[in-house]
Parts: sequence; structure tokens; C-alpha cells
Amino acid sequence: MTGLTELGVYQSLEALERGDCSSRELTLAFLERSQRLEPEMHAYITPTPELALQMAEAADQRRRAWKRDAAPSQALPGLLGLPVALKDVLTLKGVRCTCGSRILENFVPPFTGTAVQRLLDAGVVVTGKTNMDEFAMGSSTENSGYGPTRNPWDLTRVPGGSSGGSAAAVAGRMVPAALGTDTGGSVRQPASFCGVTGIKPTYGRVSRYGLVAFGSSLDTVGVLAHSAEDAALIFTHLAGYDLRDATSLDVPVPHMALRLQEGNLNGLRVGVPEEYFINGIQPEVEACIRQAIEVLHGLGAEIKPVSLPHTAEALPVYYLIAPAEASANLARYDGVRYGLREPADSLQEVFFNSRGKGFGPEVKRRIMLGTYALSAGYYDAYYGQAQRVRTLIRDDFTQAFQAVDVIAAPVAPSTAFRLGEHGDDPLAMYLEDVFTLPANLAGVPGLAFPVGFDLQGLPVGMQLMGAHFREDLLFKVGHAYQLATDWHTRSPALA
Amino acid sequence: MSLTLSEVEHIAELARLKLTDEEKQRFRQQLSEILEYAERLQAVDTSHLPPATAQPAAPSVLRPDVPGPCLELIDVLANAPQSESGQFRVPPVLEQEP
Repeated sequence: MTGLTELGVYQSLEALERGDCSSRELTLAFLERSQRLEPEMHAYITPTPELALQMAEAADQRRRAWKRDAAPSQALPGLLGLPVALKDVLTLKGVRCTCGSRILENFVPPFTGTAVQRLLDAGVVVTGKTNMDEFAMGSSTENSGYGPTRNPWDLTRVPGGSSGGSAAAVAGRMVPAALGTDTGGSVRQPASFCGVTGIKPTYGRVSRYGLVAFGSSLDTVGVLAHSAEDAALIFTHLAGYDLRDATSLDVPVPHMALRLQEGNLNGLRVGVPEEYFINGIQPEVEACIRQAIEVLHGLGAEIKPVSLPHTAEALPVYYLIAPAEASANLARYDGVRYGLREPADSLQEVFFNSRGKGFGPEVKRRIMLGTYALSAGYYDAYYGQAQRVRTLIRDDFTQAFQAVDVIAAPVAPSTAFRLGEHGDDPLAMYLEDVFTLPANLAGVPGLAFPVGFDLQGLPVGMQLMGAHFREDLLFKVGHAYQLATDWHTRSPALA
Repeated sequence: MSLTLSEVEHIAELARLKLTDEEKQRFRQQLSEILEYAERLQAVDTSHLPPATAQPAAPSVLRPDVPGPCLELIDVLANAPQSESGQFRVPPVLEQEP
């Protein structure tokens, strides 16, 4: 069977079920394509082709045994034999987890995180650990300690970040789906830059046990795939309560069987926040978003203006709170129990030297910023004030969701920028996150998906934000949009 | 908001980061710019507000304190830069007598 790498999640699973191909054949097709494209794309930090083939063969064996069994006692796992890539910030026992950092270059985790374990239980085949900005701090994957990933639509441009490797791997059809994480937009913005669909779940929806911590009040684990229905299926397996994560919430997860749903949106109220259509937004981005909102209107949705008045404050709030939390979380990298140790005569020097050598510039910058924001004399003015303004941002969403069901907005002010474009200007890079940060600060879910292209042929992404725990609604609206349009089926012209 | 070099050095000390002179200069300038940008938050009236809590529902989470399985010692020490007799080995913590 040719064209196996064209398959998404549902299509792959259907091909496996029908016996059109084995998981080994499917996995090999993706591995071979990855091997061919990797020298240019660099989507992976650690590809795991041997492990993938072992897992694929085990999946095939299990499926064969199940088919031979005249009266099988249980159904096959829902994602059996499906190749999936993991952002290198999630632990898989026995496979090194670098977090994009040289400080964890040789770290081999002794346990598997819950999100990954749930996918393993569902039968996935792991193709490898994808590239990312160091400790997920960045919007371009240029901050990786292992070199940048390139955007499959234009190899001179960034894939976005920090889940840039996962987004590029999916967009380049090196894998049907990948896990990412979203602390300030790190699933949605790369999904937008690479023309794929990405879900940032409600805070507390997916367990973070085995996720290397960055900003603990913001971190979420999400999915990148080719469509809302593909992402929804994986999300259904991923989400749910976990005793091992104190921030995990015990809220039922509906199975999101989108295939059975119709594409009409009668009765749905879509809010359009004026604050997301600011000066400086790329004109084609605004045009594509407005057009996509028209499509939703054509499907029966009612379009209403809403206001999220504190949108502009989200950026300074985030860039105080996230670094503050990061400075605390990253204190654990001390060269004692794991990670890089720079030899020295005293323990104090081990701390200073190991951290000075092992962390890259952006991570150091954020640790410094966070340490300052938390330090005596400045705590209340910076961190305290940021936390209070965060309340206002959350209240904005609470109010808006009394009037509308979902909010539609651009993911980023522009399409993918060039590698090196922001040089050594951190503030310019932070401004890329202006539209994605509010959802993290409020803890609400967001779904990003492609809604067109700019004049240079680069994908434009729209995000839908919903009330807490309403991922189902976001998927439903995204799916309806994708039934009516074909942007999500476009692929970059790669060799 | 403009940081001085000695403030940068003080923050690096708190954060246990060894920085080069070049890094100190660059961070002084960049952190000053970021903090200046963050100044705009001071204009927001928040006198009536409590700080935000992290979670949407914000329940107080407690679990029963029951002993359960944990990682094997050999696995825990496998990533240690240096270990000895089932423990992490580090250089002296306290200054040695001259």
C-alpha cells in the first residue's frame, strides 16, 4: 500500500483495522520518511526507530491474536499500532529525556509519566522524542540546546514553539500525531505556524505526572494532529483524573466520537473579542480569521462581539508569573541527583558551575527574571500584582462565557517568522505570545487549527477558546469547520 | 526600571547561576527592558482583589497517607553524577579548616 504517510489518526486506525496494512508497515513508512526529512527538519532530539518497530510488532501480534480469538473477552485498545511522537519534556522510562537542555543531556528517566502511560495503554507506537525550546521556554524552538527545528512549509522559517518539533513532525507527515505541552501557547502557536490542529486542554484535565515542570500554575499537556477529530480521539485517551498529580481534577471526560456528529452549529454562540484584532496584526491573518468566522456563521452559529478588557495585561502578567514559577521549579537542577555536574571543590561551586554551564541563555534569563520578581522587597510589586491582575483576566473569560459558548481569535499576530528574526531581543519574542497567554492564565481550553494561508503560502491558525472542561465543544466546532473546509488537509511540498 | 550590575550579580547569586561578565551586561540590559515593560501592571487598580488561585475549581486536594511502592534505589541512583554506598556523593558542603 502506497501513501501510508498521508494517513491521519482515524485513517491509520481504520487501515489497521481493515488489515490494509500492519502497524509495522505503517510505522516503517513514517520512520523512512522521517529519516529522509530529518537532516533538513530536525524535528526530533531522540528518534526511537528500534523501539517503534518493537512496539509495532507487538501491536500486530496482539491484533492477530485478537482476530484469531473466536470470542475475545475484551476490545482491542483504542489506538493500537498508531505511531505517535512525544515532546521531549514527557518522561518515557528508559528513553533519555533532555527537555531541550544540555543540563539533562544524559538523563534517562526511571519512570513513565501518566499521559504517556495512558497512550501506551491505548496501544501507541512511540517514534521518538521531539525537539523543543529548552524547558519549553520559547516561541520558535530556536532555544533548543540541540539546534532549531525548521518549518516544513518554508525551511528558512521557524515552526513556532515550544512544541515546534511535534508540530513540524505532524505537518511534515513524519508521524500522524504528537504530544506537546502548552504553558503560554506552546501547542497552539506551533500548530498555527505549521498548519496543524492542536488542543491545549483545561488546566488540570491531563495529568502532569512525568511532565518536567516549567510553570506549575500554567502547564498543560496537549495533542497535535491533522484534524479536530484526530486530536479529539487522542485527547479522550489522554485526559482524566490521576492521583499522582495534585492539580489533576476529577471531572468526567466524555468520549468525543466526532465521526458521528453532524456539521451544523445551530444555536452556538461564537464570541469575537475586539482586543484580539489589534494594530500590528498581519492583514492576511485578520482576513483569514474573519473569513473563518463567516464559515462558522454559515454553519448556523450566531456571531457576537465580546470584550476581554485585560487582554493587553496578559503578557506582562505571564512574563512575571511563569518565570517566577520556573525559577522555583528549576532549582532542582543542582548537579547532585541527576543532570549535568561540573566538578568543583565545594558543593556551592557545583551548584553555580553546573547551572551556569548547563542552562542556555533564555532559561538563565527567565530564572533571573523570576528570582527577581520573587525576591525580598519586590515580591508584592511584581509577583503579587501579577497574580492579582491574573484574577481580572480570569474574570474577563468568566463574564464572556456567560454571553457566548466559544471565543474565536487569531493564534498569533503573524505567520511563521524567519529563523534568527528576533535575534537577541527577548521582548520581541515574548510579543509573539500575546494572543495565547490569556487562556493559560485563565486555565481555559483552546483549540488551534488552520484557516487559510498568507501571500507567502504560510499557514494561518485560528483558536477557539471555551469555558473550563468544554474541550468537547471546541472539538465539535473545529470538526464542523473542517467538514466545511479543506485547509487542514493541505500538506507542505516536501521532497 | 533599570537594573544595576550589582543587582544583576545579586540575583545571579540568589539563583545559584555562574554568569560571565558578558552575560551580566546583556542580562542587565534585557531584564531592565522586560521589567520596564512589566511596569504597566502598576497602573491597574487591584486594591480590591485577592491573588488568583491556580485552578479553575481550586479544591483542596488531600489523599490518604498510605505507604505504596516507590522507585528502586538502583534506579534512583542511575542518573547520579556520583554515588557511593547507596547515596549521592557530593564535594564538601562546609568550608574546610585551613
